[in-house]
Amino acid sequence: MEMEPDQLPDSEAEDPRQEFREYCIGGILAVLLTLAAFGLVASHWLDTLGCLMVLTLLAVVQVLVHFRYFLHIDLRRSHRDELQLILFTGLILFLMAGGTIWILWNLNSRM
Amino acid sequence: MNKIRKYSRHPGLNMGSTDPETHEAAETLLFGFWVFLMSDLVLFALLFADYAAQSQHGVAGGPTPGDILDLKNPFIETMLLLVSSFTFGLAALAMKYRQDRTRLVFWLVVTFALGAGFVGLEVYDFTDMISKGHGPQTSGFLSAFFLLVGTHGIHVSSGLIWLLVLLVQVFVFGLNRNVKTRLMRLAIFWHMLDVVWIGIFTFVYLFGVA
Amino acid sequence: MTGQPFDYFWLGKLSIDSLPFVEFIRDPNSNTAVGAFAKAAAIGGAMGLMVLLTVFGKWRVFWHEWLTSLDAKKIGIMYIVLAMVMLLRAVIEAGFMRAQQMLAVEQPGPLAPEHFGELFSTHGTIMIFFMAMPFLIGIINVVMPLQIGARDVKFPLLNAISLALTAAGAVLIMISLVIGKFSTGGWSGYPPFTELAFNPGAGVDYWIWAVTLSSIGNTLTGINFAVTIYKLRAPGMTWFRMPLFSWTALCTSIIMIFAMMPLTVATLMLALDRYAGFHFFTNALGGNMMNYTNLFWLFGHPEVYIVILPAFGVFSEVFSTFSGKRLYGYHSLVFATMAIAVLSFCVWLHHFFTMGETADLNAAFGIATMLIGVPTGVKVYDWLLTMVRGRVRLTTAMLFSIMFMVTFVIGGLTGVILANPPVDFAVHNSLFLVAHFHNMLIPGTLFGMFAAYYVWFPKMFGFRLSEKWGRISFWCWSFGFYLAFMPLYALGLMGAMRRSAQWFDPQYLPWLVVAFCGALLILAGLASQVVQLWVSIRDRDTTRVPGGDPWDGRSLEWSMSAPPPEYNFAVIPQVHDRDAFTWMKKNGTSYTAPEHYEDIKMPKNSIVAPVICALTAALGFALTWHIWWLTIASFIAVWATVIARSFCQNTEETIPASQVREEHERWLRSVKALKPAPREHETTSANQGLAEVVV
Ligand code: HEM
Ligand SMILES: [Cu+2]
Repeated sequence: MEMEPDQLPDSEAEDPRQEFREYCIGGILAVLLTLAAFGLVASHWLDTLGCLMVLTLLAVVQVLVHFRYFLHIDLRRSHRDELQLILFTGLILFLMAGGTIWILWNLNSRM
Repeated sequence: MNKIRKYSRHPGLNMGSTDPETHEAAETLLFGFWVFLMSDLVLFALLFADYAAQSQHGVAGGPTPGDILDLKNPFIETMLLLVSSFTFGLAALAMKYRQDRTRLVFWLVVTFALGAGFVGLEVYDFTDMISKGHGPQTSGFLSAFFLLVGTHGIHVSSGLIWLLVLLVQVFVFGLNRNVKTRLMRLAIFWHMLDVVWIGIFTFVYLFGVA
Repeated sequence: MTGQPFDYFWLGKLSIDSLPFVEFIRDPNSNTAVGAFAKAAAIGGAMGLMVLLTVFGKWRVFWHEWLTSLDAKKIGIMYIVLAMVMLLRAVIEAGFMRAQQMLAVEQPGPLAPEHFGELFSTHGTIMIFFMAMPFLIGIINVVMPLQIGARDVKFPLLNAISLALTAAGAVLIMISLVIGKFSTGGWSGYPPFTELAFNPGAGVDYWIWAVTLSSIGNTLTGINFAVTIYKLRAPGMTWFRMPLFSWTALCTSIIMIFAMMPLTVATLMLALDRYAGFHFFTNALGGNMMNYTNLFWLFGHPEVYIVILPAFGVFSEVFSTFSGKRLYGYHSLVFATMAIAVLSFCVWLHHFFTMGETADLNAAFGIATMLIGVPTGVKVYDWLLTMVRGRVRLTTAMLFSIMFMVTFVIGGLTGVILANPPVDFAVHNSLFLVAHFHNMLIPGTLFGMFAAYYVWFPKMFGFRLSEKWGRISFWCWSFGFYLAFMPLYALGLMGAMRRSAQWFDPQYLPWLVVAFCGALLILAGLASQVVQLWVSIRDRDTTRVPGGDPWDGRSLEWSMSAPPPEYNFAVIPQVHDRDAFTWMKKNGTSYTAPEHYEDIKMPKNSIVAPVICALTAALGFALTWHIWWLTIASFIAVWATVIARSFCQNTEETIPASQVREEHERWLRSVKALKPAPREHETTSANQGLAEVVV
């Protein structure tokens, strides 16, 4: 199949090795982050609160890694619809889950 | 064909010039599937929020998360699922660049085995908990636990069935457009379940033990 | 269920007592008589339909042209028919409730309290899930693809399956009328009342599965519509050239995608409590019913905007079309719609101000609630300014729209009053609230859907509805509404609580009598709509509009024949302006033949949707009555159907370009023969669907 000039990639080349490398980076980062999280808890390195905060951070980073390297979400123009969709979903999830936790804990504090 | 057709039409693996027709068709199909996944994420977000409350307020004198959760099996489950995401990536690359089916099928079967291992281990964990008297009927906390983790498990199981169906279709139809776009959608589904699992192992297991 | 393992295996909890009429035969009184009447009506209706289909030999047509069709227009019409049938039932139930409350001042009244509880539960559930939702989804299905210049929705089979799931829920709720009893837990089904401990019967389970099926269907619909609008707009139709109705359809769909899920989660959790002994919302062992309340309103409030936004879209189209003017403040209307969509996710707590949270939390949500008034206010001004200096034509649709605007503002004011937590503490759960939400839902949603029905009926079927009977129904509905619901504000302030089957204060009586008269007038309005349909079908030869543009329309759905061809557009149009069709008419390109035609691919009919409808209805019924073999069998069968379908390769058929050309040219020739009608004669037989172009 021949490529026409205007069909050229708008960033990365259509290159098997490049795409393979992406999955590898994602896989390695994911495993490292997971090991870090489990290791942190197993080693009792930090006090509870510090531990929870670092765990949350690690989880957020790992979610971003998965989105970037496995789901291939990035800032490219052609991905705008999906990116907007995901960001909007993030907002709604924050409102729903955050609000729910707020409300239920607030109620519980008065029981 | 025309100037509008850019190389990358959607996130995720693009078929690109290896299969222009599928490439074109995939754009809206995948977008639709993304939208579906977002509403699925709402499901999980609510179950997480529910778990956050019930695991603290709903213990009702029964076991607390710290009492009954341990990390060994969840760690193995996590690794199985992570590696399966990676192998699905390899399957996708095989579908895109190689015309031979063997390699694709090989990676799909490996993914299936890893996923089945995950589900098997989870079922083993659940039965173990129930046999120790920590079933979902014990307390609000355990109800929420089984619902959250179980819903993810059901998702993985349906992913496995879907994978089986597609394996059959790869043999029956070959790699035609329908089969390819379905595999692409399953790939997104599979990776997304990984993302949800990150939340589960962090907020349910690690938070529970820490 | 003990001593009879055999029966229990095959029939679950079904017994002689769940059969129709048994109760009436054993103990005939006013209460059981009303029940028997309802059962007879439901059975009679179903049998009547079958007899008619058989007598006229229409089964084949019914199956091939309707049930298995994947055409969005036909699916839309089926949704609308479903909504109207359910509307009829729910309004009759409302009449019985009004009668009971009037006759139950210091005495028991004709109906037993349990029966009254079933009535408000089915009325509320039906009105929201099986009347408002199907109605608006139906209208969007018919209009939106035409309006954005698409041949169909993006996923036609999914569309049919969504209808199948909604219809299965409706079937379940109709079956509950005949076999067994329905829930008494209201449309919101709050636990712990709906938990097994207090409600061991099958009623709550009927409610759970009917609502769950429809909510899954609605989620899928939302996905389908949103993707369609995102990806299938005609060339040239940029976001800010999209007609306002399509905008509201988009925002509604987005809300559906996110807001139906909390309901599904809540009902499934309740089901786990009831069927498997979980402790989500129970009183014991760490369950927490407030959790349910929270989930339910996470859905419930956005739902309010799901049902109102499309109506806003309809009114926008009606005001601009029947004022002969471009819509005023288009951009502000679009932004207001988007603002409402996002804000609708920020206010759900106002439904449970009284649950016991701190004042800070209540204040935050109270303020957010009042904010919604702002974009809504913007809309009202835009509509008013659209009419200013327009040549306003008072057709039935326009009458309903104007009545909406006046009445809705009153309802909105009472809403802002309720958004104050201290005030809400006083009137919470009283008839003041009932008056408020009917004041929003009837003029808003229902009148909006009526207006849509009047405007787009000629597009769907090729002939207009009788204006005379339309007006009669309009006056009945409007006066009926005021008579039926204004007294409830007073009653609420006097202390009358909602869902009460009996009163102990004689002062209520006069108000309740007025409200009952209002309900009768509303019933008369509904009856005149039935007559209208009958009369209009009988006289259809005098009201045909083959030109397809009976109202001098402004957007693309008026640019093809009425009814439109299966593929909507012979060629996909190029859009140049927000009022795309008006632009074409002014530039003389509205009825011209294109240079060439192309083959068109359309989806073939499929039996998947009716099969899924039958199977999921069976699944819901089996779950309700604990018939486990049927539960398992139908569940597997549903998924087997889906998988089997994925093996079908030939799902599309091609309509050759020559056929498209021939059909289109035939229509163009017939348009040439028509006489353009001036607007004064819009409602006479001079209107043949070709508008006079005033340049
Ligand atoms: C057409 C005329 C209508 C009449 C006469 C009417 C009458 C009633 C009555 C008497 C009640 C019970 C009030 C109580 O609890 O004491 C009720 C409840 C309700 N109505 Fe209507 N209604 C009408 C239309 C509608 C419409 C169009 C909708 C929605 C689109 C609707 C939605 C509801 C809901 C959600 C409830 C609450 C049910 C519950 O308590 O769970 N109604 N209505
Ligand atoms: Cu609300």
